[in-house]
Parts: sequence; structure tokens; C-alpha cells
Amino acid sequence: MNWDNFIQISIYLIVLLLAAKPLGTFMAHIYEGRPAGLNVWFASFEKWIYRVCGVRAEAGMTWKKYAVCVMLFNVLGLVVVYALQRLQSFLPFNPMAMPSVSPDSSFNTAVSFATNTNWQGYGGESTMSYLTQMLALTVQNFVSAATGMAVLVALIRGFIQKQTRTLGNFWVDLVRSTLYILMPLAIIMSLVLVSQGVVQTFKPSVTAALVQPMKDGAGKTVTQQTIAVGPAASQIAIKQLGTNGGGFFNANSAHPFENPTPLSNFLEMLSLLLIPAALCYTFGFMVRDRRQGWVLLAAMLIIFIPCLWGSVHFEQKGNLLFDKLGIDQRASVFQPGGNMEGKEARFGIANSALWSVATASASNGSVNSMHDSFMPLGGMIAMWLIQLGEVIFGGVGSGLYGLIAFMIVAVFIAGLMIGRTPEYLGKKIEAYEMKMASLVAFIPHVFILIPTALAVLIPAGKVGMLNPGAHGFSEVLYAFSSASGNNGSAFAGLSVNTLFYNTALGLAMFFCRYWLIIPMLAIAGSLSAKKIVPVSSGTLPTHTPLFAFFLAMVVLIVGALAFFPALALGPIVEHLMMSRI
Amino acid sequence: MNKSHKSKSLFEPSIIGPAIIDSLKKLDPRHQIKNPVMFVVLVVSVLTTGLYFQAIFGHGEAPASFILAIALWLWFTLVFANFSEAMAEGRGKAQAASLKKARKDTPAKKLLQPKRSSAYVTVSATTLRKGDVVFIEAGDFIPMDGEIIEGVASVDESAITGESAPVIRESGGDHSAVTGGTRVLSDWLVVRVSSNPGETFLDHMIAMVEGAKRQKTPNEIALSILLAVFTIIFLLATVTLLPFSIYSVISSGHGVPITVTVLAALLVCLIPTTIGGLLPAIGIAGMDRMIQANVIATSGRAVEAAGDVDVLLLDKTGTITLGNRQAVAFIPTKGVTIESLADAAQLSSLSDETPEGRSIVILAKEKYGIRERQVHELEAKFIPFTAQTRMSGVDLGDGRQIRKGAADAIEDYVKKSGGLFPEDLKSNIESIAKSGGTPLVVSEHKRVLGVIQLKDIVKGGIKERFAELRRMGIKTIMITGDNPLTAAAITAEAGMDDFLAKATPETKLKLIREMQSGGRLVAMTGDGTNDAPALAQADVAVAMNTGTQAAKEAGNLIDLDSNPTKLIEIVEIGKQLLITRGSLTTFSIANDVSKYFAIIPAAFVGTYPALKALNIMRLATPESAVLSAVIFNAIIIILLIPLALRGVPYRPMKASLLLRDNLLIYGVGGIVAPFIGIKLIDMMLVALRLVK
Repeated sequence: MNWDNFIQISIYLIVLLLAAKPLGTFMAHIYEGRPAGLNVWFASFEKWIYRVCGVRAEAGMTWKKYAVCVMLFNVLGLVVVYALQRLQSFLPFNPMAMPSVSPDSSFNTAVSFATNTNWQGYGGESTMSYLTQMLALTVQNFVSAATGMAVLVALIRGFIQKQTRTLGNFWVDLVRSTLYILMPLAIIMSLVLVSQGVVQTFKPSVTAALVQPMKDGAGKTVTQQTIAVGPAASQIAIKQLGTNGGGFFNANSAHPFENPTPLSNFLEMLSLLLIPAALCYTFGFMVRDRRQGWVLLAAMLIIFIPCLWGSVHFEQKGNLLFDKLGIDQRASVFQPGGNMEGKEARFGIANSALWSVATASASNGSVNSMHDSFMPLGGMIAMWLIQLGEVIFGGVGSGLYGLIAFMIVAVFIAGLMIGRTPEYLGKKIEAYEMKMASLVAFIPHVFILIPTALAVLIPAGKVGMLNPGAHGFSEVLYAFSSASGNNGSAFAGLSVNTLFYNTALGLAMFFCRYWLIIPMLAIAGSLSAKKIVPVSSGTLPTHTPLFAFFLAMVVLIVGALAFFPALALGPIVEHLMMSRI
Repeated sequence: MNKSHKSKSLFEPSIIGPAIIDSLKKLDPRHQIKNPVMFVVLVVSVLTTGLYFQAIFGHGEAPASFILAIALWLWFTLVFANFSEAMAEGRGKAQAASLKKARKDTPAKKLLQPKRSSAYVTVSATTLRKGDVVFIEAGDFIPMDGEIIEGVASVDESAITGESAPVIRESGGDHSAVTGGTRVLSDWLVVRVSSNPGETFLDHMIAMVEGAKRQKTPNEIALSILLAVFTIIFLLATVTLLPFSIYSVISSGHGVPITVTVLAALLVCLIPTTIGGLLPAIGIAGMDRMIQANVIATSGRAVEAAGDVDVLLLDKTGTITLGNRQAVAFIPTKGVTIESLADAAQLSSLSDETPEGRSIVILAKEKYGIRERQVHELEAKFIPFTAQTRMSGVDLGDGRQIRKGAADAIEDYVKKSGGLFPEDLKSNIESIAKSGGTPLVVSEHKRVLGVIQLKDIVKGGIKERFAELRRMGIKTIMITGDNPLTAAAITAEAGMDDFLAKATPETKLKLIREMQSGGRLVAMTGDGTNDAPALAQADVAVAMNTGTQAAKEAGNLIDLDSNPTKLIEIVEIGKQLLITRGSLTTFSIANDVSKYFAIIPAAFVGTYPALKALNIMRLATPESAVLSAVIFNAIIIILLIPLALRGVPYRPMKASLLLRDNLLIYGVGGIVAPFIGIKLIDMMLVALRLVK
């Protein structure tokens, strides 16, 4: 890592951590129903929404009712997204006259956006009408993120309430997350992005004359090019903030109309981790012990920072095969050096690697460089962060509730080691919580490993693999990791718009989202019904640096140990073979 | 139970022999299914054994000798785990055998009417039912647990407690319970039977030491879930490795897919067999340690809950202080010499046989040289203490009337006689009360002479034990019938956190309920019938074996030594039980890192020679690498049996420091140890030419 990389990354991390506290406090105020500016100004609007929808805002829900509402709302969203794609050729705002989308691709995309994954088996500018982009995809960008935040808030209430059966009202949590947190941030972000040159228009694609005519594959001379435009800025803002990641254009944030300037790149990267980081502070604020929030954030950073260092290091080191050919890969005033394949020259090594590590850890999935072209270990770091269960930052809300599931496992083991029935924030952790936290820990393993095994065996899976050998294997493993982690980024090089991949990935996304939300709500319900054990000197302190470290270790061991053999046959062996030649 | 048992070493030959046989018997799938981790090992062992026969009789996937070696070591893994359990049980069984001797069928004299004068018929003890009344004479065995309704007797309870000195049992009061299997040495008793055959205290003890009715405790269940999840995760990781391997072979064009034998070896190495195998032994050994502390737990839950206790309620008398108050000073009022006060105090106490009275006589003699006089020489008439007068004293032949008693009682007494209560004494009385003492005012006729300071003597060493408890995070509360001033002073002197003064059964119960609703786990000790409601409410209730039947039934632990400070030991045993489980779980999972580095390169080096770089232990051959990992995995179980049976030592210290230390030893140690162990085994295999 050279000084240039170091300074850029440091600035990023410092700004991120500085922003966590004010935003975290603001969100805590919103969820606690305290006056916090926006909710004072828009209170009557919020009430109007409840009145129109027939929501009794003050009525609390048991965890089961909460879960039913989450599911109903999400399935409804899924159906709407599916229908809009299937019918888009008959609907307005389709200036490019896009045909309706195929059933399996529509299913995949519907699940993908409802689950906050935003895996894209399609290319945006060549598939979706403006109406689909806005009404189906952008709407889901907001509400899928808000769903994750609502579930987290219900879980937090489980910790702070004493012998209570209800967890708050899902509709209220959903509306407040959207109205007071996601919308304002997204509006500010969109305007800034537009100022930087991100497109926002309903006009059809623009046709421009080529400066120099070219020949296409068939030998015909091409003199014109079509430049895709559309209402991009509004979607990109929330795609970054809501850990969605689905690009307006196929090239995602590597596209100059999605991410035109260094400032837009910095802000988009910042908004990748902004809410997940701030939610840690919200957690500490709401449980009335801010140190508990900092510990969670620290545990994330304990894993995040070495991964970031590793990614920058391996990318900057460049391609070992090129070294043997005597190609100069050192950074200098004339070149960024390192492995620049699949990276935008304007972003260079630091901003590409930083984005890749951030998007992988945040369950976002947007990209500004192609992960498939990273060095084997650089690509492995991104894949591995996803396989950890998307709890290092993770999706908005979902990352933190996932990490709390790991915390429950950590507290259990640590509690035994000091000779007490484990407790976290005064709540006793018993068999029921362990059962539910265990589901959260192992369900993603099922949906990563089994479909990957299937895909590398059956022809329907192998036919999509464009690269042979270890790298092809990595691509399939990455795809299922990304779907299960609700990340959505891809190691391209795999044709996934097929019946097999659309269906298998769709199911992985669906089950890894909702089969984790339901157990987490069950934990919240069970914790909420418990007493709070007062703190004594025999209580296991969960706010110490030691515990942050221990939590990180538990995440590594529970989340990653099982993937070691698979990684050994993919990126690790690829790296070793490269260094042997 | 025999006290000599305590000295029994961990690996007694008399236990090891049967344990080896038992560990083979326990291979029964019906037994293994109870433990999911070990059941997986059983399935995999059968599978590899099948592969071995396939290799002998047909086309094997690997050399038959290699498959055999793996299969054998997988079986050893199972047997070693069974052995640990059998060892733990074996220690209990030896004790159960000696207890069973006490449960022999004795003849019982069943009374037709519940009184001594009634006629009786001799029946077998096994026919007695709850509510029957029996007569027991000197030399008879007590046929069944019961409550004495008539009589006093000395009873030899050594069969239960291991204590050879006989104890007195009598009707009424706190010593009215008798236990079946003990023997009356003198006098007679009429006893109402309080339990049916098969439900007696002795039966409970036997069942418990045998571990027969042992149920999983809540923490054990939660841990089993965690271990099952690890097993599923690693099962997924190994099962999917076969397709991954097939794909890799096809696409690279080298090597052969990973064999099922190696996958089986990898699976068993990765799943937490160390803790999975030792888990039952740890639980049984925890109960065993309780028994060695002479505590009988009626549920395993109580043992575990003991480790969680955060409030300890202790009776003052007999636990915190010596049973009796003692005189420590005479403080005369103005115009009275200390000698004349001591003299009067001694005279008033000559016939007072209470320990307090004796201590006054002794103090007068030791400090002021006033020799003991004979009561009859003085023609004295002793006035005993009554609840009405609240004083005692003596009327001497020469007309002197000396009284001693509570300050307000004496004040009334002298004022009635037309005397005055001196003001200067009042401040002395108050300061004595404040310091935790009891003031006893002495008067002669209408003149007040002074005050005797009686003091509770806090037991030696108890303060240190409370300090230890505080380091464990446990709050101690003293229960006393004293007034708050006295209670506060003793609480401070003993270094306790709080007190409940003027305690009654109701206030005790209320205190416990309040603590519990605040989320605290409460432990208490008790022996009297009036303790029973509070014992029943407490989470961990230690009843004294000398206590009443009601108290023993309300408690979930019974202390055979009837030592109230035993709670501290019980807490330590409970904590040790949890710590042992937690530490071995950490160790077991941490071991996986090294096993990957042994097996993964070995399994795939044929397909991808580059993976040789991961063989950081430089193990000789792929076969020896896999075999060494499996052997280490099996042997570590045997090596950890002593730790599982003895328990990880517990030192009272802050939770954060304890966690740090145990993480260093079992976490970091768990990562490093197998690297060394596997390498050593590999070197040994090569040296013995057991692998090519």
C-alpha cells in the first residue's frame, strides 16, 4: 500500500466514522418517536398515511404479527415488481419500446429487489422501461431497505423492553424509516449527483455520430452510437444508501453517467456504508449504552480494515505473470500501477479496491470496477466478506441484526467460559435464542454450498461458465454467495440470465432473506418477554475491546471456516498457481 | 457415602476396567443418537468400515490399509468419547453400590395407632407407605424417611453423611427428620413415614450418583444446539466438497476426485468431537464434584443455576457469627467501680447456663480476677429469664437483688422501685448497639450499676470468603432477627453487602421475590420449617441435612455436612461446570484451523499441485497428513478426560479477566496445539514406517 492509497482510504474511514454519530443519533430519535426536526414538520403527513392505509399506529404487534406483516408487505412488493416487468410493453414511460421481460428473469429480478439484493441478471438500459426502473425497482430500493431497518428496530426493542409481548408496529417503523431517513438522504444525494453530471431525464436514448467510423463484427461500417440515458440519479442515490446496488446501467457505477467525478465516487462510496455504520450507534443509543454500539462497529472494522488492506495490497502488487514478462507495474506519476484490468483509469487502485471491499461487506453489490478481473486474492476478499454472512456492515438493518445473531453465539460461548448462564444486555440467552441464532448462522451456508455443488455438476449450471478451471468455479461460488448474502454484486464471466441460474439464485435470495428475518423476530419476541438482569461485577462485559475482538473471531470461525475448502479450490489455488509459474 | 471416597484418584483401576467394557457397550446406536455429534461419527465409522471391506473384496477407492487405518481411528474416536462418559459414571457407580447396601430391606414395626403405647406389627420396609407410623428402638434401622412425632434418640447417620459421630433427633423443632437407612443407637422414636418406596432420600441419592435419571440442563441443551449447528455446517462443507472436487478434476485434467474416506476423515476432524465427546462426562463429573463436597443435588438444574447466583442470603447465627454472643466489656456508670459492676454481673450470671451467661462469668474471672462462687454458699435464689420481664438475675441471702436485662426492661424496673436511670449510661448503650453489640444493663435494687457489652463474634476467615464472592460478582445479604443497628454493624464487620433485620418467614419470602423480579438469581441456606417457604422460592436452595423434612423437601440441594458456608463451594462447582464446557467448546472449534491445513492440501494436491504450499506443517505424505489429523482428533479426547472430570480450575476474579485468560489458554492454545500435535504424530508415523 503506497501513501497515495493510504491517505485516500484514511480520509474515507475518518469521514465515515465522523458521520456515524450524528446520523445514528438522528435515527434513534426517529425510532423512539422523539422530536428530531423532520418528524415534527411532517408529523401530519405521517398521520395522514396511517389514516389512509388504516394503520393503528399506537397498536403494538407480537413478533408473529410483526413477521406476518413483513412477509405480506414483501410478497406484495415482489408480485408488483414481477407484474410491472411482465407488462412493461403495455405500460407508459417506455420511450425505447422495451419488450416485456421473460418470466424467469422477472421472477429473479422481483425477488432480487424485494430482498434488498439487487442481483441483476439483466442489463438495465437494454431491458427495463423507465416506468419499471422507477416504480418497480426504485420503490423496492426504498422499502426493502426500510424493511431491514424495521426488523432491526424491533430487535432492539426486544433488548430494551422488560416482560413485554409486543415489538412495536411494523407499518410505523417502515414509514418512519422511509419518510424520515431514506427519503431525505436520497433527495440530497440525488441533487448532489445531478450537480456532478449524473443523468436524470425521461428522454429516450441519445444518438451521436462517431468521430471515427468503426467496423462491427459482421464487417459493416458503424458511424453512429446510441447513448443510454434516463432517470438515473434518483435511483443511484438510494441504490447506494439502501445497500441495494442495482445499477441503472449495466456497468453500474463504473458508467460515467452513474458516477462521473471523483466527488461523486467518494459520496457514493460513503453512502455505501453510511447507514449500516450509523445504525451501530443507533443501537448503542437505544439500548442506553453507547459502548455496546461502538463494540459492534469496532468488530466490523476489525475484519473490514485488514480486508481492505489486503485488497489494495494484492491489486497494487499487480499481476504476477506480468512481472515475469518484465512489465512495469509500479505506481508512478504516469500510471497507477498494479492490476488495472477491469478498473476505470479515473478511479485507480485505491478507489476500486475500497469500493469493492465496501460493497461486498455492505451487502450492497454496486460496483465501480469488475471483481472478476481482480487478482485471485483481491476477488477472494470480496467473496469471503459476503460469505461471512453480510454482517460486516451488511445491508441496512439486516447487517446489524445478523451481527447481533453472531453476538448471541459469542456471548453464549464467552458466558460459559466465565461460568455464568450467558446474558447480553441483561437478557439471558437460552436454548430458544440459540436455536434461532443458529438458523441465522447456517441457512446461508446451505444456499451457498448446495447450489454451487449442483451448478458445477449439472450441464444447466456448467453451460453458463465462460471460464474453465478454478476461476470458473470461483465465479459460480461468488454468484451463489452474492445471492445468499443478499449482496447482488457479480463476478461477471458467468451467463446467469438462464432458467437454472435465475431460479436457483432467486430461491437463494428469497430464503436467505426471509428465513433470517423470521428467526430474528422470534429472538426479539423472546427477549422482549424476559426480565433484565442487573449488571454486577460477575456480568460478562460486552463493551470491551477484548469482546469486540472475540466477536470478530466468532464471525470468522462460524461464518467462514466452512468455506475454506471451497475457497482453496477457487481463488486460493488460482493464486498459488499464478505464483508458481 | 464414605468420606474416604474423597481421596479416590482420578484413574482408579477399579473404575477403569469396567469403564473400558462400558465404552464398548455404549457403541449401541440407541445410545449414540442422544449425542448428535458422536452419532455422525458413528455413521461415518460404519461407512468407512464398509469401504474397507469393499477395498478388500473388490475395487477400493484407496489402498485397503489406509482405509482400515482411518476406519480404526474413527472407531477409536467414538470409543474414547464413550470411555470418558463411562469413567465419569464409574465414579458414581462405586458410590451408588455402597449406598445401595444401606437400602437393604429391613423389618419395620408398624404401629396401628400413631402413638408409642399402641401395638405394632412387623412388616417389610418396602410395604410402608406415606403416612404410616412406625416405632424404632435402639439398634433398629430406620426403615423409611420420616418425621419424628414422639421421642428423642441418638442416630448414626454415617451411611448417608459419612460422619461417624451420632446425632440427636427429636420430635418438634428443627431436628425432627430422619432418613431411611440410618440406625437408632439409643432410646426410641415414633416416626411418621413421609415418602413411598422408591422416592426416598436414599433413592434420590443413588439415582443421582449413578447419573441414571440425569436430564440435560438448559445450558447443556443450548450448547448441544450450537454443536449440532457446527456439525451441520461442516457436514455441508464436506459433502459439497465431492462435487467441487469432481469439477476440479474434470476442468484441470489432473488427479482423481477426493475419496469418501478422506471426506469422512475431514468431517470427523472438523465437527466438534472433542467437546461433543466429553460433554456427557463433564455434566456427570460436575454432579460427582457436588457429591464429593457432600452435597446432594435433587436436580442438575440446581447445580448449573448455582454458577449463576448473584445474591446469597445467609443466616447470621451459625453462619456469619459463632452461634452465641459473648461478653467483651463491662462499662460502669458514674460512681461505680468497674470491679463492683463485674462482681454484680458475675453473681447474676452464676446460675445462668446460657452461653451469654457463661461468657460473663468467664470475662469477670479473666479480666478482673473475680473467682467463681458457689450458688448454694450464697443462699442465692436464681431468677430466670422470661419473655415478660426480659431480664434475669439473682436474689442473694444477704438481701441483695441483682438484675440484668435489656436496657428498657431495667429502666422500667428501677423506675418502678423509685430509682433513676443514669443519663451517662444511655450514650454508652447506644454506642454498643451501633457497634453491633448487645447492651445488657445490670442493676442492684434501684441503682443501675452499668452495662455489659455482649458481642457477636464474626467467624474467622468469613470476611475473606465474602470478599471472594464479591469478586465473583455475588452480593451477600445477612438475615437476622436482630434490630437494624446491630445488623448493620455485623454486616459491616463481616464485609457483607446488605442485611435483612428483624427477619420473619414473610419478610424473607418478600425479599427473595423482590430480588427475583429484579432479574436476580437468589441462593439461600436454611434448616428450619419456617425457612421452607423461602427455600422453595429461592433459585438455589441449600437445605441442611440436620434440618426438618419440610426444609429438605423445599431445597434443591441438600448439604450432608450441614455447613452453611457450603454455598460458596456450590457456586464454585456450578461455575466450574460451565467454564469447562465453554473452554472445551472453544478449544474444539479452534482446533479446526490446523486440520484444514493438514487435510485440504493432502486431498487436492493430486488435482492442483500448487496446493502443496498450504501444507505448512510439511507433513510427509498425503496419507500421513490425513491419518495424523484423525489420530490427533481421537487422542485429544483421551488427553482431555482428566480436565473434563476435574473441571477447569475456577479462580474468583473479574469476568473480563477470566474471559481473557480462558480465551488465551483454550482459544489461542486450541489453534496452536494441534499444529504441534499433528506434526509430532506425522513424524512418529514416518519414524515407525507406518506410512509410505
